[in-house]
Amino acid sequence: MIEERFDAIVIGAGMAGNAAAHTMASRGLKVLQLERGEYPGSKNVQGAILYADMVEKIIPNFREEAPLERHLVEQRFWMMGDRSHTGLQYRNDDFNEDKPNRYTIIRSQFDRWFSKEVQSQGALVICETTVMELVSDAYGKVIGVRTDRKGGTLFADVVVLCEGVNGLLGARAGLRATPKPEHVALAVKEMHFLPRETIEARFNLHGDEGVVIEAAGVISKGMTGMGFVYTNKESVSVGMGCLVSDFATNNDTPYGLLEMFKNHPSIKPLLEGSEVKEYAAHLIPEGGYKTIPELFGDGWVVCGDAAQLNNAIHREGSNLALTSGRLAGEAIFQIKSRKDAMSKQNLALYKKLLDDSFVMKDLKKYKDMPALLHANSQNYFLAYPQLVSKAMENFLRVDGTPKIDKEKATIASFVKERKWTGLFGDAWKLARAWR
Amino acid sequence: MSLAARVEEKLYQNRYIVDAGKPHIAIRPHDKPSENLLAMTRICPAGCYSETSSGQVEITPDGCLECGTCRVLCEASGDITWNYPRGGFGVLFKFG
Ligand SMILES: Cc1cc2nc3c(=O)[nH]c(=O)nc-3n(C[C@H](O)[C@H](O)[C@H](O)COP(=O)(O)OP(=O)(O)OC[C@H]3O[C@@H](n4cnc5c(N)ncnc54)[C@H](O)[C@@H]3O)c2cc1C
Ligand code: SF4
Repeated sequence: MIEERFDAIVIGAGMAGNAAAHTMASRGLKVLQLERGEYPGSKNVQGAILYADMVEKIIPNFREEAPLERHLVEQRFWMMGDRSHTGLQYRNDDFNEDKPNRYTIIRSQFDRWFSKEVQSQGALVICETTVMELVSDAYGKVIGVRTDRKGGTLFADVVVLCEGVNGLLGARAGLRATPKPEHVALAVKEMHFLPRETIEARFNLHGDEGVVIEAAGVISKGMTGMGFVYTNKESVSVGMGCLVSDFATNNDTPYGLLEMFKNHPSIKPLLEGSEVKEYAAHLIPEGGYKTIPELFGDGWVVCGDAAQLNNAIHREGSNLALTSGRLAGEAIFQIKSRKDAMSKQNLALYKKLLDDSFVMKDLKKYKDMPALLHANSQNYFLAYPQLVSKAMENFLRVDGTPKIDKEKATIASFVKERKWTGLFGDAWKLARAWR
Repeated sequence: MSLAARVEEKLYQNRYIVDAGKPHIAIRPHDKPSENLLAMTRICPAGCYSETSSGQVEITPDGCLECGTCRVLCEASGDITWNYPRGGFGVLFKFG
């Protein structure tokens, strides 16, 4: 295929891979990037909220060029009852700023654009090529990759693994384990197309303003999981995700759950009359800090979802992928500039840069959350939402019952369901994990 | 089953280039499926896994969304082998 030797080979043209390849190529390194899809983004699925700051650090003027959908002015959190929702809504006109902080995007379009930027920096990007395994020397140092193309073994000083949550290469080479069912969520997603005026009227938006809804509660049937509705220019992304381990023991199908979510009386009117043009599924790493594998070794580093760098509590992943890819690129550039070897010892610089960034600090902060939510999923995702819904109904329905009696009934239902000790225990555990 | 019918309708909206005759996922021959393998007949978001009349689990990965759920659940036990399709083949998301 290609005879030359590269400074770095990047596996994958998702968020992490593009960030790493751009960072290295723009600093003059000789970069080869390999992607198995027909085009960058053809295998990738996201909600998708894009965080501007992390892109800006790589491509400062991206807002002028990148395919962006809507900038977010409003966020809704909905706790779903069977036929109700209790919502928290935050809207701020200050988010209509010159340089908005968050946007919705369509991944396959964004990734394609990002990859063109990478190529314009001089990186060689080859698609439709699946990397089959890492190639190591007699001392175990990674020195290249073998692809599914004829004669497709390629060599470089360092391999940057940005292969996503379902990365086979790192696992096959024994650099990390395959994620466990309790550490990954399976998300299914549909793209619903509607005229832009309809979206703007239904969601109370003007121009390119956008709103996102995150929904939890009875919709996941007691499993650790959430639903979402994100507005794009002419489409609405709707999805649902739950832990794979929960799916394995529950009786529902992922698409059945998505259908139920779409048919919930609070969601249905938002989608009425839409044309569905795609159905996708993807895993999300949700194990957090405690499941992060070894991040570097002789001749290799790993970034993004492949390294479980994903903040499930805040539904952030792309920004951690972008940042880890960028920092890996910067570390490699520094080592290269000093003419040092891509040894494990030297590549520890990547981990140091990551430790100093928000990526590791945020993941560390929430290190106990994933296990807690999982262990108590019946309470957090089923019992409490039903109780809240009942409490709201008691509060709002005017039917001649004295308020004092209603309050007593509400409190009694909370206590009956969980006992005081259980309620305090759950609240205490949640607060501790959150700190 | 109505929900199974519906997942097929969903898959029709997607674009695929199927690598004919080269399935990327294979099930180890078995008399009685493991619990996780049986669960895949329900969990696979593309409905690729099904139960035969004699109680084994079989796979038709043409509509596979390459999510990796079956890999996470069934690879470690040796119930299945899992690979990516050859470069360029498989599902091609227009939006993602
Ligand atoms: C439903 C859903 C909603 C989400 N919503 C959000 C959100 O709103 N905001 C947010 O920030 N994050 C969100 N995320 C998370 C986010 O999508 C990921 O964190 C992010 O895409 C990770 O980037 P990555 O580069 O590590 O991996 P990916 O983007 O998955 O890229 C991996 C790439 O590697 C390629 N590849 C893999 N193996 C090989 C191989 N052997 N050879 C060649 N190429 C290979 C793949 O084809 C792919 O292009 C969401 C995820 C899902 C599934
Ligand atoms: S990878 Fe996902 S879609 Fe494909 S067969 Fe396995 S579970 Fe089904």
